[in-house]
Amino acid sequence: MAETLLEIRGLKTWFKTDDGMVRAVDGVDLHIDRGETVGVVGESGCGKTVTARSVLKLIDMPPGRFEDGSILWRGRDLIPLAADEMDKIRAREIAIVFQEPMTSLNPVYTVGDQIAEVLRQHQQLNRKQAIDAAVEMLRLVNIPNPGKRVHDYPHQFSGGMRQRVMIAMALSCKPKLLIADEPTTALDVTIQAQILELMQEMKEKLGMSIMLITHAMGVVAETCQRVVVMYAGKVVEEAPVEALFGNPRHPYTQGLIRSIPRVDRAAEQKQRLEAIAGTVPSLLEPPPGCRFAARCKFAMDVCTKAMPPLKEVGPGHFVRCVL
Amino acid sequence: MSAEPLLSVKNLKKHFAIKGGVFARNVEKVYAVDGVSFDIGKSETLGLVGESGCGKSTTGRCILRLIEPSSGEVWLSGQDVMRMDGSALRSLRRDMQIIFQDPYASLNPRLTVAAIIGEALQIHNLVKSKKELEERVVKLLETVGLQPDHMRRFPHEFSGGQRQRIGIARALAVEPKLLICDEPVSALDVSIQAQVINLLEDLQEQFGLTYLFIAHDLSVVEHISTRVAVMYLGRVVEIAPSRALYDTPLHPYTEALLSAVPIPDPTVKRKRIMLQGDVPNPIRPPSGCHFHTRCPIARADCAQRDPELLEKRPGHWVACHYRG
Repeated sequence: MAETLLEIRGLKTWFKTDDGMVRAVDGVDLHIDRGETVGVVGESGCGKTVTARSVLKLIDMPPGRFEDGSILWRGRDLIPLAADEMDKIRAREIAIVFQEPMTSLNPVYTVGDQIAEVLRQHQQLNRKQAIDAAVEMLRLVNIPNPGKRVHDYPHQFSGGMRQRVMIAMALSCKPKLLIADEPTTALDVTIQAQILELMQEMKEKLGMSIMLITHAMGVVAETCQRVVVMYAGKVVEEAPVEALFGNPRHPYTQGLIRSIPRVDRAAEQKQRLEAIAGTVPSLLEPPPGCRFAARCKFAMDVCTKAMPPLKEVGPGHFVRCVL
Repeated sequence: MSAEPLLSVKNLKKHFAIKGGVFARNVEKVYAVDGVSFDIGKSETLGLVGESGCGKSTTGRCILRLIEPSSGEVWLSGQDVMRMDGSALRSLRRDMQIIFQDPYASLNPRLTVAAIIGEALQIHNLVKSKKELEERVVKLLETVGLQPDHMRRFPHEFSGGQRQRIGIARALAVEPKLLICDEPVSALDVSIQAQVINLLEDLQEQFGLTYLFIAHDLSVVEHISTRVAVMYLGRVVEIAPSRALYDTPLHPYTEALLSAVPIPDPTVKRKRIMLQGDVPNPIRPPSGCHFHTRCPIARADCAQRDPELLEKRPGHWVACHYRG
């Protein structure tokens, strides 16, 4: 059994708004072991990004608050941790890469300064040493001519190159877990392939784990060992990647997989896409039963009465459905 | 194609001038669309794919003359679109409509759904009375899968998928022949994306519509298109029937693009052709074949000679010196 790095138990991150309490994350359990790539998938508003940011406590409080649950990092709960203690965890133990490479870099500092800032904050390095280390990081993520590029500003880099800079920054303190929040969503498909390959390479070189937040099922299938599917603030299915795609058990997961057109099936008979009817429910006052019931074609009376528990249907395969 | 094409685009170019210097002279040009030609037959769907900045959206807008092209010809059912102006152009726009990518930015937030959909009907004098206008709007809402009582609401009351349906209803209001769909599903979640794609397919069958479907998502384009054109840096590099393009891509760029698409099936292991670097700057596109700087099979003369788009197999056109 591999060592568990991160264990989230019953996490509830809620937001207070004028309209009421938004239950963005409403009782999420998930864990990440050493050396593993875990995909967290779901559509807009399912709570995947809030879950990721909760781990690093990057949620603005208020309006957000941890209603319940715990986030255990190597056995230690992060939720009660003081700000300065949390600073020692960020970057050094857990680092994050955001979706928007355009907006998550500071436009008025060189990329070298921005990577060096992380290094100087967390390691005892002087300015010269930090810049040298930044050059090494840029070289590690395959940016050509790193000695010169380190003095360039973010606008002088393309989208894909900026995402490489973000990854260099995140990895500069050799974290044990990298949280990648939609790292390739803003990128073109050929650049996406480059970045995914880079992340895989970095994972092997540094021996870290990755929590990959994405809505793209194709990306998950190609990069993750285990997948957690979220819907309306809840985990609805969790399984090893082969089981999830080979034998999806939750009607939502099935719908997600069947609703995507596939390029590799071009030669076969063209089929109509299976759309999931309706839209995601409001998280303001979620219905008492299964949150997917209103869109589910198998829904029965019992589904709207009580939330089904997560039950194990195969080795490491859990599903939240009465079927 | 034996029959007369509905839309014919010939050597379309759009060069945007960059102003600079003391007197804001034109110092450089962006070669956004650099000689694009294709035909679309009636009731056909032509997919136009490529990465950001390849000129696919500009091509779509030039056809409608929402952007004035620098040169080239556009013919719609035998009429010369480039030579039209004023009222002729306006009445021609009844025949071609567009659906935009962003369902949040493309609907006027101050107008009700009825006003948004009804506006074009009034401009083109297609309805005689208020009652008739309302009847048409209700019919259109039902056609795109919305409720009649939605007509009194405002855009912010709808989800992304519903807004895209409103955009489709607006485009259909004037009964166009050609619908230019500019990334119509890329802002939507996958489950909603499938709803909109199915709707577009149903509407095509019902009304015999012709689509120019512009998107960066190759799997969506493959699914919906009869033929697909691949663009790179302002030029069409390959154009072929959808299945031929995906089964036997000829251009090395198409091949790389297809191999980069992640497949949602962990048991499928493919060999990926990794392209080096980024798309070059369209201000100074590479000489000769625009793709030669990233091409895995480029030879010395690719940097000198422009490859022509040639029919290498029946219906399968490719612009490459060494393939096909």
